[in-house]
Formats: sequence, C-alpha cells, structure tokens
Amino acid sequence: MSVVTVQLGQCGNQVGHELFDVVCADAQDGQRKAYSTASCERFFHQTTHGADLVARAVLVDMEPKVINQSISRAAKSGRWRYGETSHFSQKQGSGNNWANGYCVHGPRHRDMVEELVRREVERCDRLAGLMAMMSVAGGTGSGVGTYVTQCLRDIYPSTFILNHLTWPYGTGEVIVQNYNSVLTLAHLYKLSDAIMVHENDTVHRICSQLLNIKHISFGDVNRVIAHQLGSVLQPALTADSHGVYSRNPLGELVSSLACHPEYKLLSVSTIPQMPSASIAYSTFSWPGLLKHLRQMLISNTKMEEGIDWQVRPTAGSERTSSLTAPSFNTSLANLLILRGKDVYSAETGAFEDPALYTSWLSSQEAFNLWKSPVPFNKYEKSATVVSNSQALLRPLDNIVGKAWNMFASRAYIHQYVKFGISEEDFLDSFTSLEQVISSYSQLC
Amino acid sequence: MTQSVVVQVGQCGNQVGCRFWDLALREHAHVNKKGLYDEALSSFFRNVDTRKSDSRACGVGGRIQHLKARAVLVDMEEGVVNEILQGPLREVFDSTQLLTDVSGSGNNWAVGHMTYGSAYREQIVDKLRKAAEHCDCLQCFFLIHSMGGGTGSGLGTRVLSLLEEEFPEVCRIVTSIYPSAEDDVITSPYNSVLAMRELTEHADCVLPVENQSLVDIVNKIKQMSHSGKPGSVIKRDSAIISGRGGLSGPEKPFDAMNNIVANLLLNITSSARFEGSLNMDLNEIAMNLVPFPRLHYLVPSLTPLYTLADVSVPTRRLDQMFSDAFSKDHQLIRADPKHSLYLACALMVRGNVQVSDLRRNIERLKPSLPFVSWNQEGWKTGLCSVPPVGHSHSLLALANNTCVKPTFMELKERFTKLYRKKAHLHHYLHVEGMEQSFFSEAVDSLSSLIEEYHHLDATKRRLMPDAPRLPIAR
Repeated sequence: MSVVTVQLGQCGNQVGHELFDVVCADAQDGQRKAYSTASCERFFHQTTHGADLVARAVLVDMEPKVINQSISRAAKSGRWRYGETSHFSQKQGSGNNWANGYCVHGPRHRDMVEELVRREVERCDRLAGLMAMMSVAGGTGSGVGTYVTQCLRDIYPSTFILNHLTWPYGTGEVIVQNYNSVLTLAHLYKLSDAIMVHENDTVHRICSQLLNIKHISFGDVNRVIAHQLGSVLQPALTADSHGVYSRNPLGELVSSLACHPEYKLLSVSTIPQMPSASIAYSTFSWPGLLKHLRQMLISNTKMEEGIDWQVRPTAGSERTSSLTAPSFNTSLANLLILRGKDVYSAETGAFEDPALYTSWLSSQEAFNLWKSPVPFNKYEKSATVVSNSQALLRPLDNIVGKAWNMFASRAYIHQYVKFGISEEDFLDSFTSLEQVISSYSQLC
Repeated sequence: MTQSVVVQVGQCGNQVGCRFWDLALREHAHVNKKGLYDEALSSFFRNVDTRKSDSRACGVGGRIQHLKARAVLVDMEEGVVNEILQGPLREVFDSTQLLTDVSGSGNNWAVGHMTYGSAYREQIVDKLRKAAEHCDCLQCFFLIHSMGGGTGSGLGTRVLSLLEEEFPEVCRIVTSIYPSAEDDVITSPYNSVLAMRELTEHADCVLPVENQSLVDIVNKIKQMSHSGKPGSVIKRDSAIISGRGGLSGPEKPFDAMNNIVANLLLNITSSARFEGSLNMDLNEIAMNLVPFPRLHYLVPSLTPLYTLADVSVPTRRLDQMFSDAFSKDHQLIRADPKHSLYLACALMVRGNVQVSDLRRNIERLKPSLPFVSWNQEGWKTGLCSVPPVGHSHSLLALANNTCVKPTFMELKERFTKLYRKKAHLHHYLHVEGMEQSFFSEAVDSLSSLIEEYHHLDATKRRLMPDAPRLPIAR
C-alpha cells in the first residue's frame, strides 16, 4: 500500500515537493488516526529513531539546482524530509532536447536511478505502485522520464505504473515543447498503465479566477496540482476495500479507469477550489457540489465558475465526433472521490446516468465511487472526479497539430538527429498519437 | 553546475572581456555575501590557494582564497593585454592563460587566420585544454572578438574552428562585434566576410553586435542623465553602461559601450548560474533558437537600460520593459525585428518577476510580432530570481529574426565594392596559405545565407496552410 514516487526534471521535482507537503499536512491535520496512519504509510517511511517522516521518493534531474532547492525546502518545513541519498543529479541539463534525455542521459545513468528506486521499493512493506512525475515540454522530465519509465516497466512488470504529466502553456515555455510532448506521449502510451494530465493553462485559470491570486507564480500552479493529486491519492474507502482504507489505490484507479489500452488519458477536476482565507467562511452541500461537478465533467470545464449549463448529454445516435464543435464530453469511465463530512449521505446517482458514457460499457462498470469521511486539506467537503474522457482530446490534437506543422518544415530536427532520434522515430510517434486522437474522437 | 570558458581574441575582444570580468566580479560580490566559493562563482572562476606550492584549485564550498578567471586571452600585439595585467584585474589572470605576440595582424584576416593561426596552433590548443581540464563539467565556450580587424577576426575564427575540432561536444557561443559602415579600417568588409563564413560553419550561436548601436544606446543614456528633467535622475550604478562598483578605476573611452556587451554575457548566463522557477541553461538556448543549423544569428536586446531613481508604478515599469525589448532602439544591431519575421524568440528575465507577468506580456505583444507559420508560439522563456546589480528586474531578449538579412546584405555590398576593384587584395594573397578562392567561397557562403533568410521572409504575411495530417485507417 505504499507508493514510490519518482520525480523527474525541474517540473517533476517542484510539483512532487508540493505534493508531499500537501499530503503530510493533511495527514497530520485531523484527529483520525486510521487515516493518518494510512496516509503516512502510503507516502512516507519513518526512520528507526524519532518521528521523522521521510518521503518515499527518488529525485532525478540532470542538473542540481532544483533538487537542492526541493531537499532544503522540505527539510525546512520541519514536518517531513527527503532521504539523504534518494536523489541523483548530474552537472549539465538535457537542453530541452528529448533525444538528449532519452538516448544519452537515460542510458548513461540507468543503473544509478534503478538502484535508487530499488532501495525505495525495498523499504516498502507492500508496494502499491510507482508514480513518475514529470513535464512533457523539457528535456529531462520528458526524455529521461520516458526512459526511466521504460526501465521500471522492465524491472517491475506486474507493478502498477502511473505517469503524472504536466502539459505546458500553449504559448510556449519551450519552443520545441510540442516535439518533446509528441515523443513522450507516444512512448509512454505503450509503457504506462495510466497517464494523468494537468495542463498549465487550465491550472493558471484556476489560480486567477477561483483563487484570486494576482501575481501567479509556478509555486501557486504547483500547489493547485498537488491539491488535486492529493485528493486522488490520499486514503479512501473503495468498493473493494471492505470498510478499511484501500490498500491498492493505484491498482483500483487503473482498473476502474484504464480498461482498454487505447484509452489511457486521465484528467482531474476538483470542487470546491477557493482562496484558503475564504474556506472557513463557506458552507457546502453535497447536492450543490455534485451538481456542479457533474456539469463541469460533461461540459469539459475544470472550474466551478463559467460553467456552460446548456451542454447536456445527447442520445448516442446524435453524438458528433467533431473536434471543432463544442460538444458534450463523452466519458469512457469516471472515478468519483468524495471526502469530508456526511459523505455517506451524498447522492451520486446522477453520475451513473448511462447518457454520460459510451455505449460499450454499462454505467455500473464505467462509474466508480470512493469515499472518505475525513475532510481533505481543510475543505469540509470536497469532491474530485478522475475521468477517462474526451476532455484531453482537443489539447492533444492541438499539440500534435502544431508539432506536425513544425515537422513539415523540418525545423529543429537536426538537433534531435544529433542525439540519435531519426525522422522515422518522429513519424512513428505521430502515427501513434493520431491513432489515440482518432480513438477518443470516436467515443460515443 | 557547469562551467564556461571565455576566450577573448584581439584588441576589441580583450577590452570587452576585461569589462566582462570586472562586472562579473561586481555581480558576484553583490550576491555572495558570505565570501564562500559557491557553485555560481565556479561557473566562471577557479578558487586557487596560492600559498600552496602547486596552486591547485579548491573545491566548491570553502572560503574564497584567490579567484582566477576561466579565460584564455589571445592578442597578437601586447598593448591591451599588458594594460590588463597592470590594471586592478591582474590578479584574476595568470600568465599561463595569455598568448601574445608583438607585431599585430595589420588588420589582415589572412595574417591572423593563416600565419598566426598555424604558428600558434599548438600553444592555443594547449591553453584551451588546460582551461578545460580545470572544469568539472565544461558546457560552453564564449568567444569574444571583432569582425573588422585582423587578429580578432582572423585568429579568432581560427580559434573557433580549433574549438570545434578539439571540443566538439562543447557549445560555442560567439559574440561578434560587427563594424559600422563608417568604420575606419578600410579592409573591414574583407575581414568581416571572410570571418562570417567561419562563423556560419563552426559556431553554434552568434550574437552579432554593431558598434553603431552601442554608440546610440550610450548617447541615449547620457542624454537621459543630462536632460535635467525632474524625476529623471538615474539610479547610480544601474545604467547598463556603468562600471561603478567594479574594480577598475576611471572609465576609459570605449568602456561604456563594452559594458553593454559585458552585461549581455552576464545576463545570458544568469539562469545557468543562479536559481529560478524556470531555469534556462546555455544548451537550451542553442536548442530552442536554432531551427536550422546555419541560421544561428541571434539578435540581442537588453532592457532596462537604466533605472530611474524615482519609483514609478511597478507593474507598468515591468510591462514597459517588455515593450522596450522589442523596440529597435534597444537592439544591439541596427535592425527592426518587429517588421521582419521571427523564427524564434527567447526571453530571459531576471529578478522578481512571476510567470503570470511573463504570460501577460507575451499575450500583449504577440499580435504585433510576426512569427513564421510553423512556429507561431515560438517563445522560450526563463525566470531567474537573482536580479542584476542596480536593478530589481531585467530582461534579455534573443531573437532569431530575418532582420539580420539587411545587415548581411550591406556587408556583402561593402565587400563587393572593394572586391570588384581588387582593392587591397594583394595584401591578403601575399600571405602564405591564402588564395583567391577563399574570397569567392566566403562571399558565396554569405550569399546563400542571405538566400535562406530571404526564403523565410517570403513566407511572411502569406497564410500558410496547415500541413495535412497523417490519415489513420479507421
């Protein structure tokens, strides 16, 4: 029931650090002993002497600045820290080059990284799975991250591997980000059990419109991502866990949602999200929360403001598979997670409506529910839906479209060829992703 | 943390280099309050304990004993290097890093490249190798030189090809000072075009800088500080031309202009040296800004040029900084990027700037900047939390833009004017190893470079259709 996290590259390490911060604070917050114990067991191990919580994490980056920062900030928090020897860094980064990360740095440092992961895994009484956290825009997270995922898949063939990806802002953080994204997604699709995605653009909007943050920093963005991830991964009671906190969270997540190899992209929506100062003054009701969350799901928005209430589930025969028209967001499967007060009285029938789902799964198979009576991260009541749906279809199509346009003029290709990725490799990746886009488009 | 080695060649190269080391020391003194030899310092300096007999370098983490620059200084006449060695920076270099001769290159590229290039090849490689061996992880060579003379231009480009031969995996970023049209060296067009070919073939990135632009910026700042308007007092040591707070004494004539170039180099390396929320390493610059191998000429622009002493609205000042970066007054060559085509653009921000400020300004400026069709969102951004001395934030923009085409075309014209008449040609052809074919090949290389930019320019404003996507069997 322990999860070992591998943080890769600048983004992976920054987001990972925020995640451990959130779950540690949440675990130590309430008075519920079973919940705290389960959460701590899942994410931390305790040193033999003292109540020191040490994160079950391996930090990997090709240059040392970010890792050093993450380690020292964790230590400063006083509540938890990273293991002293659980990190690996080099002197020189991957230069935003996927080929450099995948073909050069990955193989070169394979043994070291595998050793670090092995040590973390051996410290677990029982391993629930591995989570790799990275971005897709740069060179290390994307390239080295893909290579490491491949190695872990080889070493642990029957362990669940969840990849958490951060997709960059549409208007460039890195010019070759679309190439790096395409190569990463195409490869991960064959290796990963499930790919959970957060988009910087979407999270940025949450920060500005819901959290009212004026000068949004990457720290703010990362804290929102950590909150959403935490609400998925903290202990919960599932249908199969028989009254105790589930000991197989990643396995249950994957088997509920990623039941078909063509469909592995998961998106996350959480409600409510508000400035922390306002939480104490707000009251929530389950009907209200669930109604908004359901509409957020089917109209494909990630915020409880500006929801389009006109979008309604249409009958199967009328559904269009158009990428341009704003249409109803068809789901393959959904996992609803409720946390907080009076959770047993929450009425979730609306999520079981067959109209939300594709025709080839029954709504009993497609809909899954987890509950926890413990409030999460100071919200008295909160609900999260992890969805395998068309939500990521348009962003994915945009990324592939832009990358393809650039590829058509062969711009920057010499930079990748220099390190061992050929035009053929690019074409293979494009083909794989067009297939994924086609599959999701036809979901109805 | 990686290290970089600076190779300064010729009079101009060494004078700019001298300003660079002075300002680098000033910057690190400003940031490094504890006197510890940290990773950031080690990127440009070694820490040596001169009391020990073998003078071996001390590792990171200890106290600063004696800083030595990671540099190689080359000049074929002694004047400039001797001046450096007699000035306050003498402690920063040791004699093994220098290579000088007495008679100079006579403003003749062939003498620099062929004669001295061959004569000193072994010594140059030896010194470069020594400098590289002192580095834990060498990432980049910075070459500083001018294009118009003989040593910087000829020997400098010879050093460049040696760097490619001996250290093929290390990035080569070249800062080249291009002559203005009114340059007083008659043969500067020959020297520049011959050097250009070497730059196109052997450099990873070139940062072209024009003397005339530097003069204009200096004049602008001087005008600002002398205008006497209330509220227009410039904060001390914030001007990009100021060397105040550094080691060197009173300013020498070209110091103001050279300080601008020195600041350019400091800002480019800032994100590699200091921490930030979105790091940008040197190898990322070449990766993101060079879509095709030969088109690696990046137009730099630096803002702000100075900070006013009075405090104006912070956000507006920030936004103004972004707008200025794209105005033609702030470019370091005479060019107007806004009216040419952008292939890619990098924004390196220093100081207390958040990602939302960055995004807001990119959104604001994007509509007025023409980008090539396949790179509509071609922005590479970096955020470094440490601001430069004297400012609370600053921005360096590097643009791969077709606006370099007019500069190159002018250069070619000046070359052709001389070459048609075969003026001064014999000075070059007399040099052993030099042939007329060098000239014709060099101008051909320049012509085809101009052609490539021209092709891309032609796509500007034309609505390029999206490439048809791969069809998938359903």
